[in-house]
Amino acid sequence: MSLKKFRPCGDYRTSYSSDMSMFEDKGSFYLTLAGILLLAISPFLFDSYIISLLIYIGFYGIAALGLNILVGCTGQISVGHAVFFGFGAFASAWLSNKFFVPVWLAIPTAALMTAFVGLIFGIPAARVKGLYLAIATLAAQFIMEDFFSRAAWFTGGVDGASAEPMKIFNFYFDTDQKYFYIVLFWLIVSFVLVSNLMRTRDGRAFLAVRDHYLSAEMMGINLMKYRILSFGISSFFAGLGGALYGHYLNFVSIEEFNIQLSIFFLAMIIIGGLGSVRGSLMGAAFMVLLPEIMDFLTRSLSDTSIDQMLSLSGAIPFIKEASIGLVIILFLIFEPNGLAYRWGQIRAWFKLYPFSY
Amino acid sequence: MALDFLVQLLVNGFIIGLLYGVVAMAFVLIYKSSLVVNFAQGEFLLIGAWACWWLLAKFSLPFYLAFIFTLIFMTVFGILIQLIVLRPLIGEPIISIIMVTIGLSIFFQALMNWMFGVFVEPFPKIFDNESINLLGLQVQTVYIMSGLISLFIMISFAIFFKKSRLGLAMRATAFDQQAAQSLGVSVKQVFSAAWGISAVVSAVAGIVFGIVNGISSGIAFMGIKVFPAVILGGLDSVLGAILGGLVIGLLEHVAHYFDVQYLNIGNMIRIAPFYALIIILMIKPYGFFGTKDIERV
Repeated sequence: MSLKKFRPCGDYRTSYSSDMSMFEDKGSFYLTLAGILLLAISPFLFDSYIISLLIYIGFYGIAALGLNILVGCTGQISVGHAVFFGFGAFASAWLSNKFFVPVWLAIPTAALMTAFVGLIFGIPAARVKGLYLAIATLAAQFIMEDFFSRAAWFTGGVDGASAEPMKIFNFYFDTDQKYFYIVLFWLIVSFVLVSNLMRTRDGRAFLAVRDHYLSAEMMGINLMKYRILSFGISSFFAGLGGALYGHYLNFVSIEEFNIQLSIFFLAMIIIGGLGSVRGSLMGAAFMVLLPEIMDFLTRSLSDTSIDQMLSLSGAIPFIKEASIGLVIILFLIFEPNGLAYRWGQIRAWFKLYPFSY
Repeated sequence: MALDFLVQLLVNGFIIGLLYGVVAMAFVLIYKSSLVVNFAQGEFLLIGAWACWWLLAKFSLPFYLAFIFTLIFMTVFGILIQLIVLRPLIGEPIISIIMVTIGLSIFFQALMNWMFGVFVEPFPKIFDNESINLLGLQVQTVYIMSGLISLFIMISFAIFFKKSRLGLAMRATAFDQQAAQSLGVSVKQVFSAAWGISAVVSAVAGIVFGIVNGISSGIAFMGIKVFPAVILGGLDSVLGAILGGLVIGLLEHVAHYFDVQYLNIGNMIRIAPFYALIIILMIKPYGFFGTKDIERV
């Protein structure tokens, strides 16, 4: 069982056709297809509040996917993912405001810029590992936050930066329903890219570096290269998510990319499942919906005696925050393998029913 | 004028540095005995300070009683956290342990904000004299008190580890868990004791800090400021933690001096320790007194 915890390194496929396919079986292929179709028609089914939640899940999911490559697949702990997310948002706004790059082009360009910054950050980070890297990225988080508040030419300083809504030819993606498709497009592209990455030589090298870096180095894997590369790829997706975020809100402020957001991303991949591609999306969905659920629970208790005793209605922001911390702790103690693992268990149960093995 | 200002800042830096040293020591105590990096150290300070404030303000207890009750509460609290949250995670990968302490930190910070509000609450007045004239410098009484308490904690730590049975058991566990266990040291007890002591020491630091600056969730930032100190001194060295705390306290105030006098970029007092942290990690990742991690295959 302990092997199942992370995705194990090495290649366990036994036939060419299974090597070629992206899904482990037919069922998961059809499920994914059905999921995408359902998402594609969802703007016609749900109201714009649910669509806006789905959009949030989309760009947080992309960023969490990037963090999962770094933490879950390469074993490099980063407590500073939010600054790359923020850098992507600012870069995209900067490109479209200063250089009049059309927004559809500015988003991937900003992601590439973020990847470049990530590569630069990765060079010193490749020297330290584990705990020391976590502390170094914590320091980087504060230094970059400080940079955002200083670099008025880039971020607009305390005023923040405005980001234009997206437009292709003369078609504006200004409502939630329209913007949803942009996020969906990039979400699918990112997940296909990462699923493919994990099947390549580089993806397997990441897993090997995570599982035993000394053995990996002895087998000819260039540690330095893969650690830096992992930082770069992770930053690319963080920047992509950030750029989508910026053009969705049409405004990027320097306050938002703080340590809490970094922890939020880490919580997503812990809850979704470290090293699991689909877990990143599950974790993002869970973490976006959690405050909504807490909100709903608090509201449903309103005007009862519990509410009056604890004055819950005034404490909703604190309850939301505390629930994030509590969920992280509970998941780590009771479900350390994450939602993706549990999902696999449920599917296995249905497949093997009525036998348990 | 400028020189006076510098000397004043240096004195403040020294006192604050001693406090950082105490918190860093509490941090190192946990890391050394149970290999857990405690990102929730700052919340220990916060909880201790709020608990003491609550006893003082709500029940109007005399200060020394409130102080003693807080220490008892924090011992139990630290041991309970270890038992409930950290013990199930022994042997898990490092990311899980880091994340669980981060989770604790978020949870308790939100809880404290909920229970006590987000505004700064001043401590009830404890000293009659606001400040004392020391060699021509006006030094606040609370600063002197905090320096004395810090020194007291450090000395009692030294005696505890050198003389007492539990202290010896803790040093043995830190040196080699398996060997200590085979010689009859209860590693479980040592872990609990480490968390209890660490929580108590943090609470004292939190109360002192609260008396100096008033209590708010800003106290919890001390728990993050502690990282530069412990990295400088070496993660598993108590002496290094004290020296690291002093250096970081002085460094941030000197940085503040240069910032105010020459550079005018602002916010240096907050950011300078983190630049120092990155530089130290690049050139001497195990700090000045830390054990070098040598891996054999």
